[in-house]
Amino acid sequence: MAAATAPPDTEESRCVLDREGIDALVRELRADGHTVVGPTVRDSAVVLDELAGAEELPWGWGVELEAGHYRIVRRTDGAGFAHSAGPQSWKNFLHPERVRQWTADRAPDGTMTVRKEPPSPVSFAFLGVRPCDLSAVRIQDRVMTGGRHRDDAYRERRTGAFLIVVECTEPGATCFCVSMDTGPAAHPGYDLALTEVVDEAGHRFLARAGTPEGAELLRRLPHRPADEATSGAARRSVEDAAGRMGRTMPPASLRELMAGSLDAARWDDVAARCLTCGNCTMACPTCFCTTTEDVTDLTGDHAERWRRWESCYDLDFSHLPGGSVRASPRSRYRQWLTHKLGTWWDQFGSSGCVGCGRCIVWCPVGIDITEEAHALHQEGLRRQDGREDGAR
Amino acid sequence: MTAAPLPYRVVGNRAESTDTRTLELEPAGEALTGFRPGRFAMLYAFGVGEIPVSVAGLRHGVLSHTVRGVGAVSRALCAMRPGAQVGVRGPFGTEWDLASADGDLLVVAGGIGLAPLRPLVRAALSEPEAHGRLNVLIGARTPQDLLYRRELAAWGRPYCGVTVDRPAPGWEGEVGVVTALLDRASFTPQDTTAFLCGPEVMIRATARELRHRGIPPERIRISLERNMHCATGHCGHCQLGPLLLCRDGPVVGYDRAEPLLAVREL
Ligand SMILES: Cc1cc2nc3c(=O)[nH]c(=O)nc-3n(C[C@H](O)[C@H](O)[C@H](O)COP(=O)(O)OP(=O)(O)OC[C@H]3O[C@@H](n4cnc5c(N)ncnc54)[C@H](O)[C@@H]3O)c2cc1C
Ligand code: SF4
Ligand code: SF4
Repeated sequence: MAAATAPPDTEESRCVLDREGIDALVRELRADGHTVVGPTVRDSAVVLDELAGAEELPWGWGVELEAGHYRIVRRTDGAGFAHSAGPQSWKNFLHPERVRQWTADRAPDGTMTVRKEPPSPVSFAFLGVRPCDLSAVRIQDRVMTGGRHRDDAYRERRTGAFLIVVECTEPGATCFCVSMDTGPAAHPGYDLALTEVVDEAGHRFLARAGTPEGAELLRRLPHRPADEATSGAARRSVEDAAGRMGRTMPPASLRELMAGSLDAARWDDVAARCLTCGNCTMACPTCFCTTTEDVTDLTGDHAERWRRWESCYDLDFSHLPGGSVRASPRSRYRQWLTHKLGTWWDQFGSSGCVGCGRCIVWCPVGIDITEEAHALHQEGLRRQDGREDGAR
Repeated sequence: MTAAPLPYRVVGNRAESTDTRTLELEPAGEALTGFRPGRFAMLYAFGVGEIPVSVAGLRHGVLSHTVRGVGAVSRALCAMRPGAQVGVRGPFGTEWDLASADGDLLVVAGGIGLAPLRPLVRAALSEPEAHGRLNVLIGARTPQDLLYRRELAAWGRPYCGVTVDRPAPGWEGEVGVVTALLDRASFTPQDTTAFLCGPEVMIRATARELRHRGIPPERIRISLERNMHCATGHCGHCQLGPLLLCRDGPVVGYDRAEPLLAVREL
């Protein structure tokens, strides 16, 4: 349920929930028939999974992030949402790794019957969507359903999804949502937005609705009117988070930087480190590329079409009968980065990066998208200087 | 909507050359509409796979596709006998847009690249008063690889020329690159629209030569090939820089394509 007409965000429409409010939130969503998905600790990571109750949230856990490094750490304040991006994102649910698109049967006379996959019956509620990830969902909305051909599998999952954003108060060392203008405060598009506050006055959540459905749900939860202390503390901690970004992008139009960098020497440098493993594309919340698999059963007369994620780092991704278009690792890293930060604008009207930092964390050799962008920026400036010197 | 393929019945399968065949398809039930010269379909060979194939002919509700067998799916399609069924999705992509070409026409094809140009040539022949002179320049690997041989005699209004890379005994025609035929064609460059399809090297060389001769880049239309899985803009495979070729192509103006094709491995 994307922002229909958002109710006015006034002081009256805001309220405060305690821990019991969050317990009730999960209970009510489940009672409404939603599959509630949110962060939970598993295998030493904060993963996204179905939640049976709010007690499964990662209360008292934080994360320690660096390029090529991820570790969960204990927190003393008991906060449930003081962690930033984990290994998965919401695309794992809205644009799953593998979906069947249709099946076909062939009769003895050669007649073919094709059956489309029936609509997905699940209705998700996503609890704990980070503002950057909300932007990522909106980006995938445009890719999968914003053009002339809408993707049914995505649309069905997305239409029924209820989105609860929790604003960011604890950015990670690899975060740069401020550079990408996606956080740490929530942009519109949510049904409900929460800001977690932990201070002397206690552990609580400032809540506001973004849609009539969100407002209706909020009314059913045990809540109290927002007080000045909670509102102020929530505002300050989000503002404070904006000043604590671990990474930044260079101060330039990234779109122009990419368009002007196609022959940069830096691509050779990064290609010497990149393993073309594709981890960055799997972890990225906006990467959407897929391939198809056509399979048959043993009789050969029942066939299925599956779609699964694929990475532009795969050599076969650009396969043509005469050979792959992007044979060198250099060209494949360049394709990924220039698409994310540059040509995504041409294709879908926005950046393809939201600054979540996942690609940095999950790269086995610690390649850092912000460092590469800075290096391209510097190389561009040097080239410009060179040209001006030459012109003098 | 994510369309599933519609069953079409193979009603004809004619050999064009040793590895290339033209399939004629009729809807087994519901029919797809909107096919135009330059656009393409996704053809599904049961259980084997699905590939992009251009419209090579559109007549009386029969859809023609000329397929060169180069791999699993294209060979399976070539092997389809009349009566068999294939799955069809489409139409997808941009068209040649013959209607906007009021001056002379220059059609340049290399190899299987003649297939998407055939319905354009036929459309131009059917309305001679709407355009200027029609020139068709065709390059093939060998004389045996020449497509639509029986039709070519009718295509020269005023000129239809063929050149081959490797001659065979008995071949008395031209040998060499297709651009060498340009001097035989008659067209006024400033007033000409060119339509190019073939191997990318041939497209680039020809487009460069045509620009040199004074055809404005936006009047040079080229059809490009990239890997395509969905044809609906969702699989990401057909990117050429800012373009998604299943959506913004396959037919692209050379004014847009030239800087992109100049970048290696884009
Ligand atoms: C817009 C467009 C129009 C085309 N029109 C024609 C035509 O009219 N006649 C013709 O003979 N050929 C045409 N082609 C080329 C044709 O699609 C390829 O030759 C064919 O996909 C090869 O698949 P294959 O399985 O036979 O071969 P392989 O090389 O073994 O292909 C392996 C797999 O790659 C995948 N693939 C997807 N797209 C492509 C692609 N474009 N090229 C290669 N592999 C791809 C397929 O899943 C295929 O099964 C066109 C291509 C495009 C993009
Ligand atoms: S490119 Fe990296 S930082 Fe940007 S959205 Fe994708 S994973 Fe996050
Ligand atoms: S940048 Fe890192 S994660 Fe991405 S393909 Fe290269 S090595 Fe793998």
